[in-house]
Amino acid sequence: MTDAIETRTPDRNPMPAAGEDPLTIAGRAFGSRLLLGTGGFTSHQLLEDAIEASATELVTVALRRIDPAGLRAGRGSLIDVLSGAGVEILPNTAGCHTARDAVLTAKLAREAFATDWVKLEVIGDEDTLLPDSPELLLAAEQLVDDGFVVLPYMTDDPVLARRLADVGCAAVMPLGSPIGSGMGIRNPYNIALIREAVDLPLVLDAGIGTASDAALAMELGCDAVLAASAISRAQDPVRMARAMRAAVQAGRLARTAGRIPRRHYATPSTTMDGMADLGPA
Amino acid sequence: MIAVNGQSSDVRAGETVAGVLVRLGLRADTAGVAVAVDGEVVPRGEWPSFVLAEDARVEVLTAMQGG
Repeated sequence: MTDAIETRTPDRNPMPAAGEDPLTIAGRAFGSRLLLGTGGFTSHQLLEDAIEASATELVTVALRRIDPAGLRAGRGSLIDVLSGAGVEILPNTAGCHTARDAVLTAKLAREAFATDWVKLEVIGDEDTLLPDSPELLLAAEQLVDDGFVVLPYMTDDPVLARRLADVGCAAVMPLGSPIGSGMGIRNPYNIALIREAVDLPLVLDAGIGTASDAALAMELGCDAVLAASAISRAQDPVRMARAMRAAVQAGRLARTAGRIPRRHYATPSTTMDGMADLGPA
Repeated sequence: MIAVNGQSSDVRAGETVAGVLVRLGLRADTAGVAVAVDGEVVPRGEWPSFVLAEDARVEVLTAMQGG
């Protein structure tokens, strides 16, 4: 009897349980389709709370010069916070402007964090932080050859996505708009084209401003969304983390449910069959 | 002069990478740390044996918040 009650529970809770619809990257399954960037949180406590509210399992970190004074002052290490939260670390190569620097940074991150996963960033422009595509492709190729699981942050270019897939990247991560701009997805058409162009996990990586942007990304066919500033710089980051979590789930459900086509004119949802004859007006 | 994280330091040629970490107040087995000398990665296992030359540039890096 207990079984019968339990099997009916999912009807009352339409959200897929963790593990039911996993995100798989390089053979690794994640219950959450929301990746969290750790940049911008004003305290480790806030970051911890946002991680919990977002239910993310994969978070990005940067590699920077150590501050021994800070550690001695008891500020604690980010690594301790993240391992305490039970999330996987995805090191990035933020701030690198050449393939050489990005490759070296990825190798240092592998030493530091004992992971061969890397979010590959090679920046080509200071104002927009847009990626330098030729350097990105070069770095991706070298890192794949060296055994890395490469997740490149890229422009929303379907041809580049195919080239990055060809050199062996584990996913592609196009921007919706520039990093931290909160402008959302400026060219949804390109994101949809990238979905068609590659058979790899597709992660919308930058430009998310609010929950509807994350939902749109998923509706366009993205497998996951990476949000950083949209959460960390919101007025209430923990609340926004919860919003993003729900938006990613809603967008995924909508995508897999299959939306109705857009039409120019109305299509009645109520049949005319059996309409009463109410006489002349 | 040996530079550590872009700052001039008291580290002398002949000292090891592990010695630099001790000077920074870090244990040799500190998690989440990587070291580069003159733009090359020094694997953790080589920290005790890697001897620094005069004018070496040492970078000691760790995780920081970032997108």
